[in-house]
Amino acid sequence: MDDDAEIIAEFLVESHENLDQLDRDLVELEQQPDSRERLSSIFRTIHTIKGTSGFLAFNRLEQLTHVGETLLSRLRDGEVVMTPPIAEGLLSMVDTVRALLDGIERTGRDTDPAVDVDPVVAVIEGLLAADSVTEEPDVSPAAPSVTEPAPPEQEYVEPQPEPEPEPEPQPEPVSDEPWDGTERRAVVDASVRVDVDLLDDLVDLVGELVLTRNQLLQRSLGSADAELVRASQRLDLVASELQESIMKTRMQPIGQVWSKLPRVVRDLSHQLGREVELVMDGHETELDRSLLEAVKDPLTHLVRNSLDHGIEPPDVRRAAGKPGKGTLSLRAYHESGQVVVEISDDGKGIDPVAIGAVAVERGVVTRDQLARMDQRDVLGLIFRPGFSTAAAVSNISGRGVGMDVVRTNIERIGGSVDVSSEPGRGTTTRVRIPLTLAIIPALVVGEGGERYAIPQANLVELVRIEGDDLRRQVEDLAGAPVLRLRGRLLPLVSLAETLGGAAPEDEALTVVVLQSDEVRFGLCVSEVHDTQEIVVKPIGRQLKALTMYAGATIMGDGRVALILDVAGIAGTVGVGATQQEALDGRAAAIDDRTALLVLEVADGRRAALPLAAVARLEEFGRDRVERSGASEVVQYRDGILPLVRLASAIGLPDTSDQGEQISVVVHETGAGAGAVGIVIDRVLDVVEVTISASEVGRRTGVTGSAVVQDRVTDLVDLEAVVARSGVPA
Amino acid sequence: MSAVATAEQYCTFWVAGLYFGVAVDEVQEVLRRQPMTPVPRADRAVTGLINLRGQIVTAVDLRVRLGLPDRAGDELPMNVIVRSRGEVVSLLVDDIGDVIDTAGVDPQPAPSTMPRAVQDVVRGVRPLPDSILLVLDADRAVDVATTPDTTGGNP
Repeated sequence: MDDDAEIIAEFLVESHENLDQLDRDLVELEQQPDSRERLSSIFRTIHTIKGTSGFLAFNRLEQLTHVGETLLSRLRDGEVVMTPPIAEGLLSMVDTVRALLDGIERTGRDTDPAVDVDPVVAVIEGLLAADSVTEEPDVSPAAPSVTEPAPPEQEYVEPQPEPEPEPEPQPEPVSDEPWDGTERRAVVDASVRVDVDLLDDLVDLVGELVLTRNQLLQRSLGSADAELVRASQRLDLVASELQESIMKTRMQPIGQVWSKLPRVVRDLSHQLGREVELVMDGHETELDRSLLEAVKDPLTHLVRNSLDHGIEPPDVRRAAGKPGKGTLSLRAYHESGQVVVEISDDGKGIDPVAIGAVAVERGVVTRDQLARMDQRDVLGLIFRPGFSTAAAVSNISGRGVGMDVVRTNIERIGGSVDVSSEPGRGTTTRVRIPLTLAIIPALVVGEGGERYAIPQANLVELVRIEGDDLRRQVEDLAGAPVLRLRGRLLPLVSLAETLGGAAPEDEALTVVVLQSDEVRFGLCVSEVHDTQEIVVKPIGRQLKALTMYAGATIMGDGRVALILDVAGIAGTVGVGATQQEALDGRAAAIDDRTALLVLEVADGRRAALPLAAVARLEEFGRDRVERSGASEVVQYRDGILPLVRLASAIGLPDTSDQGEQISVVVHETGAGAGAVGIVIDRVLDVVEVTISASEVGRRTGVTGSAVVQDRVTDLVDLEAVVARSGVPA
Repeated sequence: MSAVATAEQYCTFWVAGLYFGVAVDEVQEVLRRQPMTPVPRADRAVTGLINLRGQIVTAVDLRVRLGLPDRAGDELPMNVIVRSRGEVVSLLVDDIGDVIDTAGVDPQPAPSTMPRAVQDVVRGVRPLPDSILLVLDADRAVDVATTPDTTGGNP
């Protein structure tokens, strides 16, 4: 409906423009009745209106313009010669068209009872019927009826004081009477067309203004001049509002990009033999036009993907107990300063096992790495360059534009994309895009006397580590520093080193935890200044090859600061795929030392698990524990996580239920087959030790014991523990 | 080389004792030393970024670009702001000369004995009565290696 309203508004604006031209043409036509040029122009205009009104189901308008068009075509082809009655008839037709358009503008329909098209149609049909007697101006059927259509028109109501037995409505102007009386500006007057370049210039200028404002605010902050302070506060306010308004003028509904999709879906589903219903929700969601451009291709690609890989052929769907017709739904909405676009289908979903198998086969990840990935990370593999499932390649979506390109394009504009899927049920791809490109919130950090801006969208958290913690939590794995952050190893990258300098030796470490899609790392910086709105400016061709910069901005003091590109830095220093691999390789190389997660079970007894077996640490409220058959389970990440009480598994009394929460070590059993939650009392520590295991204490669930941190600790036999959950190890 | 004979007016400057000229219609303005933000890991010829009334302009040091000896520490460079392929770039030079009219002096090819790096950015020379003007091709002068310098940042 919103979509229709938009099309109608466009139609109205266009038609009003055309009608103005039509008026001029008709007047001139009266002067020179045989001007072919005028006639063609009029014919074209009426033809256009007729075409669109047919499309929009404005039947009365269509009927009216249809007869008008017929008359005009006769005139144009020289079959009929222009006479005063014909001119009169055409003029009254134009006026009635106008009245109908006014009605459409007010009500969205052309059924306004105050406008009567039948008399006009009758007149023109009369003229058409009489066209053989073109010479006579006093054609009998025409003459009386010419007077009849006049009433509906505003202009010459007066000269016709002979209203038939008809009731009141006609003599009055048809406008604003039947409507609720609220004065609305006509569509035509309510909008202007603006050159896109001019708009871009305005955005630039506002950017300038915002910067100058920042500069002035900084100066006036400490000023004793109350007048200046007040003025700059006003400026602050005005600049902000101006910025907002200008940004708004560049906003366009995402429906503009979507409008092409029904056709794409139709063509593709024919080609692929699928039956697909396209549901679109949230056309009106607006975002900056430059971004709209940038997301067009990625969105189209994702839709193609859904059709090609997601939705199954009708017979397959029916066999799976689903309706033969698949549903592809697009949803757009605003969420915390971003636009979220979801593309979901109810197709066969993505099988993480299949993805994992292909990824290992293609060498995208090693079997080891795969075993430690959670399902979301496994699905994320489809965004890796060079990744394609063999079955997936087709002439529709295997044309060299992979999901990695989709991701690159989305990330280029500061967005992100992730995918979730339930095998057999469907897939949802969620694209997040910033509302506007030009001004973004950023964290300003300092390094080497210069400032750098980090887009807030990539920021996860700030961590400051001092003293003892520094020595305990930051470790060097063969030259690669890592930080233990809540049980997970976070690769650390020094900004100073990334910039080509030397990392400063310091008593404390400030880590900015950054995330660029699946890559998460900690950037060590010297100083953290503040967060502020920055205006993103492009940097020159000379610097394009430096992927670590996303652009530059101007700070309050007028100096230029570079904007860091988080994905680019990850690529430059090789965090992400390669760095992770390197880390894993190194970890394996130091095989005499083992990283252990030390736990407490059974009220004070210590046990240890290899850290590599730990996917995550979770806490669940005790009330979330449910029963499935003989086992305890919790609902976890859209699935069911079977629980094993570690204490019972290793022959100790279970005391894990003492608090409100239960602590759970999530262990993934490889290749996405499943995960097991090992219930413990609490996590004590993560240590890296050389284990000299002894057979002492060996029993079911325990391979032996070792002295860890001067305490005897049970070494958990993971396989035996997992076996108790019933999940294949 | 004769194809460029149309430009007659040059904005002139000195770089390491060489007398250069850029066609006046390519020059936007000439500025004194500007505050500069270094760009770590950029090519060594890229001295930094300057804020030119809200526009961010890359500054390219012509001495480095042309493989000439570095400027002495206490010498402050001047900015010759040129327009090149839709972008505005600053050329850092030693000193600014006048705008001269070379009408009547035919351009000649650059002598083949000039250093390669200089020849590469010169469209030709115009022998004036008391000096020889090297006509700079701004488009080529602002082109620096686009592969990042892996040996470290600039100072």
